[in-house]
Amino acid sequence: MTVRSRSAALAAAALLLGGCARAPTFMRPAGAAAESEASLGWFLIVVSCAVVLIVALLVLIGSLRSRGGDPHAVRREGPGLRWITIGGIILPAIVLVVAFVLTLGTLNAVARPPADALPLAITVTGHRWWWAVRYAGQDPQDQALTANEIHIPVGRPVRITLEAGDVIHSFWVPELAGKTDVIPGQRNSIWLEARKPGVYRGQCAEYCGLEHARMAFVVVAEPPGDFARWLARQATPAAMPTDRLARRGHDVFVGGPCALCHEVRGTTAAGRQGPDLTHLATRRTIAAGTLPNTRGNLMGWVANAPALKPGTLMPKLTLTPDELQAVVAYLETLN
Amino acid sequence: MATTLTARLDREWETPHNLFGVLATVDHKTIGKRYLVTAFVFLILGGLEAAAMRAQLSGADKRLLSPEAYNQLFSIHGVTMIFLYASPILSGFANYIWPLLIGSRDMAFPRLNALSFWIFLLSGLFIYSSVLVGQVPDRGWFAYAPLTESQYAPGLNMDFYALGLTFLGLSTTVGAINFIVTFFKLRAPGMSLNRVPIMMWGTLTASVSIVFAMPSLTVACILLWFDRRLGMHFFEASAGGHPMLWQHLFWIFGHPWVYIVVLPAMGIVSDALPVFCRRPLVGYTFVALATIATGILGFGVWVHHMFATGLPSVAMTFFGAASMVITIPSAVAVLAWIATIWYGRIVAKTAFLFMAGFVVLFVIGGVSGVMTAAVPYDWQLTDSYFIVAHLHYVLVGINVFAVMAGFYYWMPKMTGRLLNERLGKWNFWVMFLGFNLGFFPMHIAGLLGMPRRIYTYPSGLGWSTVNLISSIGAYVFAVGVLLFIINALWSIRRGAIAGPNPWDAGTLEWSTPSPPPAYNFAVIPTVRSRHPLWEDRLPPEGGGRSSFSDGLTIPEGRETVETSALDAEPRAVLQMPEDSLWPLILASGLTALFYGLLIVGPVLAGIGLAVTVVAIIGWLWPSERELLQLEEARP
Repeated sequence: MTVRSRSAALAAAALLLGGCARAPTFMRPAGAAAESEASLGWFLIVVSCAVVLIVALLVLIGSLRSRGGDPHAVRREGPGLRWITIGGIILPAIVLVVAFVLTLGTLNAVARPPADALPLAITVTGHRWWWAVRYAGQDPQDQALTANEIHIPVGRPVRITLEAGDVIHSFWVPELAGKTDVIPGQRNSIWLEARKPGVYRGQCAEYCGLEHARMAFVVVAEPPGDFARWLARQATPAAMPTDRLARRGHDVFVGGPCALCHEVRGTTAAGRQGPDLTHLATRRTIAAGTLPNTRGNLMGWVANAPALKPGTLMPKLTLTPDELQAVVAYLETLN
Repeated sequence: MATTLTARLDREWETPHNLFGVLATVDHKTIGKRYLVTAFVFLILGGLEAAAMRAQLSGADKRLLSPEAYNQLFSIHGVTMIFLYASPILSGFANYIWPLLIGSRDMAFPRLNALSFWIFLLSGLFIYSSVLVGQVPDRGWFAYAPLTESQYAPGLNMDFYALGLTFLGLSTTVGAINFIVTFFKLRAPGMSLNRVPIMMWGTLTASVSIVFAMPSLTVACILLWFDRRLGMHFFEASAGGHPMLWQHLFWIFGHPWVYIVVLPAMGIVSDALPVFCRRPLVGYTFVALATIATGILGFGVWVHHMFATGLPSVAMTFFGAASMVITIPSAVAVLAWIATIWYGRIVAKTAFLFMAGFVVLFVIGGVSGVMTAAVPYDWQLTDSYFIVAHLHYVLVGINVFAVMAGFYYWMPKMTGRLLNERLGKWNFWVMFLGFNLGFFPMHIAGLLGMPRRIYTYPSGLGWSTVNLISSIGAYVFAVGVLLFIINALWSIRRGAIAGPNPWDAGTLEWSTPSPPPAYNFAVIPTVRSRHPLWEDRLPPEGGGRSSFSDGLTIPEGRETVETSALDAEPRAVLQMPEDSLWPLILASGLTALFYGLLIVGPVLAGIGLAVTVVAIIGWLWPSERELLQLEEARP
């Protein structure tokens, strides 16, 4: 089967099963690692389906072909042992050797560091239930902190180092690469390369407690120029807002409970418990992919986060309606 | 003479029909039935938990269950099905059937057998008592540290888990030792190793695996409890421990456990399928050796549960290869079953349908297992819904379908009445179609990128339709199980009388009345072939005919024959123990001890320990009869 007809078949299946939705499926890969993994996968799927089909037919035909006769009779007949030696040992051994050789090839392709890797270090830290993202380049303009949204230049392999902030998580962007666990006490890493621009959904794949289901993130693969501009912007500290309401929001933010957990670079708010909010307004979602980043959702989230995501470590805040308005107005200036 | 013999044996072996008898019996048949019923009740509980989860997942963003409730449900579902259903139900069959299969009057250690059941029951109740205090284990059946440490899981939830599984492990270990000794010591004269039914090879292999695998889980659970309640740090990286220690300990136990809950079930099929194909199993020796090979290789594949943890490629390559090699013995068994069907003449009773369905589901679960052995592809598959599909094809396909076949095949022996065939066929088709409708789409959900263990998912990812189909299929499957329950309850009272050998089968258990008397065999049979009851129709295997009328009767006291391990030559007459309350008292003492540890209460734990010690002393205290026998034996 060609790649195109495979994709068409899968697209048809996805359409049938999931309506028009775009599933984050690794069988329609957009990244280097995911592509080799998917090729291996198609081989395994086709062989598996053939084996199941053959066995099901043998059982069905075998059950139907000889019935009736003397119910008391018991016989020992037929060259049954040959079935076992050929069908149970020799054939599976050949298929498995082929599968294993292909596995080794894929393993080598995925694990080997690419020659044209970008000298850009990204560290992703899994927390209950969000992702901290740190760009630690040589230049100050390549150093930034953000959360739940990882930007990478398209067509360049990027090395991502994975750290755990508390318990075990697993980093998974199905369309780009398979999973790598995020484990306290050890540092894992993964090569990520997007072959085409796009926004790829990722999600924690190791059960990590109450809100494991809502620990998503996105990888935004964009042309190198766009990526450089984005990173430069993220590296800058937040500007003091000019608007009066937003200024009041800033004061509430740095003087109130927000600053205990959140950092906004360029202000005195330097908490590290929760996500860095320096450029919150540039992000697509809040609460680790749970809600679109809109004013209404921000209001609801700041006022009473546990109501929207039960179990989140962000507590319900006791802000007056005025203070809430002001804080959200401030957050909206953080672009 | 015959009447006086059976009357004497009845007097020796019957358990009194009173409260003492209920609590003190050591009859393997009663214990076997108790195992079967208790494990089946746990299957129903686990099924109801699954039904609640499928309702929550039937559509995107549903709010039927809170995340807390969902996490508790999927965790207790796994613990229930894996520990309280899948293994105990097979112990139930083995306990009931083994002595009948091998021509013995009981298991090697009847009191240990009773202890094993009481601990199973009480540890199951111990784990489920977490429901009463609302602190159900909620970290999955795999309980990965450090999420289970008191810092992240402060309630009693994971104490119920760690202590409950340690407690249950005693039952499993004791039971396994009993099976191993019974296998090698109690086979009827002449039942040499090459004549042992495959189901016994399956249970033996599983039992040996238990003896080596279970300590790993017990150690892991005890270390976890040390971490949680005594402030130690075995699994905490920040204090010098490491979370990977848990994963290795858990999966060194966990993967052999998969084979522990399927090998005896595969054995049931290897023995029962030929009966409905009217011929002996094709390739007995191949299948017996494949069973043992699977058990051994099962200890060399645990790392395939951990391919995404960042291990070195060389290690992963080794374990990937081992995981593919283990396919071969399974393929041998599958081809043996297919060839048996192909070269047999089929009597398509319900039991046969379940076994034919089993073969197909086995292969689906098998090939998806091979896919996960391909390391780089496993990085995509692991922890996705594909694995949920795979493991249910393995555990439901290989365990539940074989167990259903086992019920249709052996319940007539246990109750004396046949299950209804017409309802049985409905039972099979509803379960088979419901199962595939429920679980096959989970493969697709996995390929579409849906991770496991999530209590909800947003719309717009293409996961809603497959999940809705899965939920509908799960409920159809549940209706199938309900049909079985109706059939069983109806047939126990109204079913057609079975007679000793309703299927015209060839093995020893069918030479006894249905249900068998307390002593099983008035005359200990002498075995000369693999199918003693088919010898009139099969070419002789050499060594003459088996005998059911001439042989040892040993009617003085509870006695059975001990034979040699390989050739089963009679060696000695074994004195079997009387009914006793000590196993129940010992199990009760342990229950108090574990509750004491749960609440970290030294008084309760001390009382429990004291009762346990007293029970052990009481158990070992020789009875007057035993002292008398010692006296007589003295030269």
